[in-house]
Amino acid sequence: MKTIVELNTLLRKELVLEWRRHSALSGVVLYLFSTVFLSYLAFDGRINLETWNALFWLILLFSAMNAIMKAFIQENERRHLFYYMMVSPATFINAKIIYNSALLIGLAIAGFVVFAAFMGNPVQSLSLFFINLITGMAGFSSILCLVSAIASRARNNFTLMAVLGFPLILPLLLVLIRVSGQTINGTSFSAIAPGFITTLLLTAIAVTLSNVLFPYIWKD
Amino acid sequence: MQVLKNNWWKIAGILLLVYVITGGLLFDVPMIDLLHETIRNIYFHVGMWFGMIFILFAGLVFSIRYLLRNDPSDDMKAYAAVLVGLLFGALGLLTGMIWAKFTWGSFWVNDPKLNGAVVGVLTYLAYVVLRGSVDDRDKKARLAAVYNVFAFVLFFIFIMIIPRLASASIHPGLEGNPALVPGDLDPRMRKVFFPAIAGWFIMAWWLFSVLYRTMRIHQKIEDITENS
Repeated sequence: MKTIVELNTLLRKELVLEWRRHSALSGVVLYLFSTVFLSYLAFDGRINLETWNALFWLILLFSAMNAIMKAFIQENERRHLFYYMMVSPATFINAKIIYNSALLIGLAIAGFVVFAAFMGNPVQSLSLFFINLITGMAGFSSILCLVSAIASRARNNFTLMAVLGFPLILPLLLVLIRVSGQTINGTSFSAIAPGFITTLLLTAIAVTLSNVLFPYIWKD
Repeated sequence: MQVLKNNWWKIAGILLLVYVITGGLLFDVPMIDLLHETIRNIYFHVGMWFGMIFILFAGLVFSIRYLLRNDPSDDMKAYAAVLVGLLFGALGLLTGMIWAKFTWGSFWVNDPKLNGAVVGVLTYLAYVVLRGSVDDRDKKARLAAVYNVFAFVLFFIFIMIIPRLASASIHPGLEGNPALVPGDLDPRMRKVFFPAIAGWFIMAWWLFSVLYRTMRIHQKIEDITENS
């Protein structure tokens, strides 16, 4: 019960903070939009399905990296010290993962709308595409939050986050791109089930590991 | 006698690898289409890959032990293990590429298993970069240990699951571990293959212990010069 109350408070805190500093979020949204527009100009309308799929996920990956990078660095050290006295480390990282999952899901859906508007929407099994998108973003968040925590403790910038994050996110990304490719060509749920289960499995493992490992790095 | 007592396993390792190199190149092997004589590479390529997994697993154990006991020497051991793992990984990739050139026609093919190997190497290079970007010794050790545990588990799930999910891979071992399943490997090859694995394991451990001792000496020199 205490955990749920703490989680609730932390999530509300994230939301309020995001609202007060909306420049950070608008930065990420603008990044997403510019990248989509840039690729629209660069590809000049000549794009096949595989490229559409790969490009969409790459843009999402970079936007997600940008969004999660600020998860730990936007608040200063002393504020973190305060949180650590108030809540347990596991609750803290879980709140981060949940909040950033929601953020990424919103970002991905907005990204899809913009991307489809410029590059066309070839997706045939739209609902399956979105199931894959939503679980995928939860997976991104669960893997990248701990990486972001490590990178912020190392007081390093985007480079370290990218270097540490890419190899870890790559397996998940490959699964997502494959399933997404299937849904573009039209498919049934049973056909994407193995990929879908793998995504859930990777997410679950990343969340578990984050819960176990975060307590060791939470204080400086 | 004391020297022999402490170092018998190194001598055993040397003897094993001498046996593997001569036996591996000279003994009879079954003639299989496409593979022909290149099948001998199994003693080196697979052996080194197993050696890498072995030493990286040791690194994982040291990292976990560091998190539990906070002993700086465990962190140093984990680092040494990862460096040896990277060396074995690079050698495994290299021998694999040579093998691929002669059986599949090119040094690199786009295959889940091969790409998985690259992801592994990238992961551990990232570990080295992470260590390089933190100055504080204690903090470096903690961050590196946490990343090592996280990366090891995710990477091994990756190489266990993804190739099996992909349903098509040119690389053998879709259903399990190649060459370990009974009946998969010709008896003539087994008498070199198993010593080869033991030999590469010993070589990995030996390299690791030398590297660890060198690091400890460097650390001590650093401490002395800092204090004086």
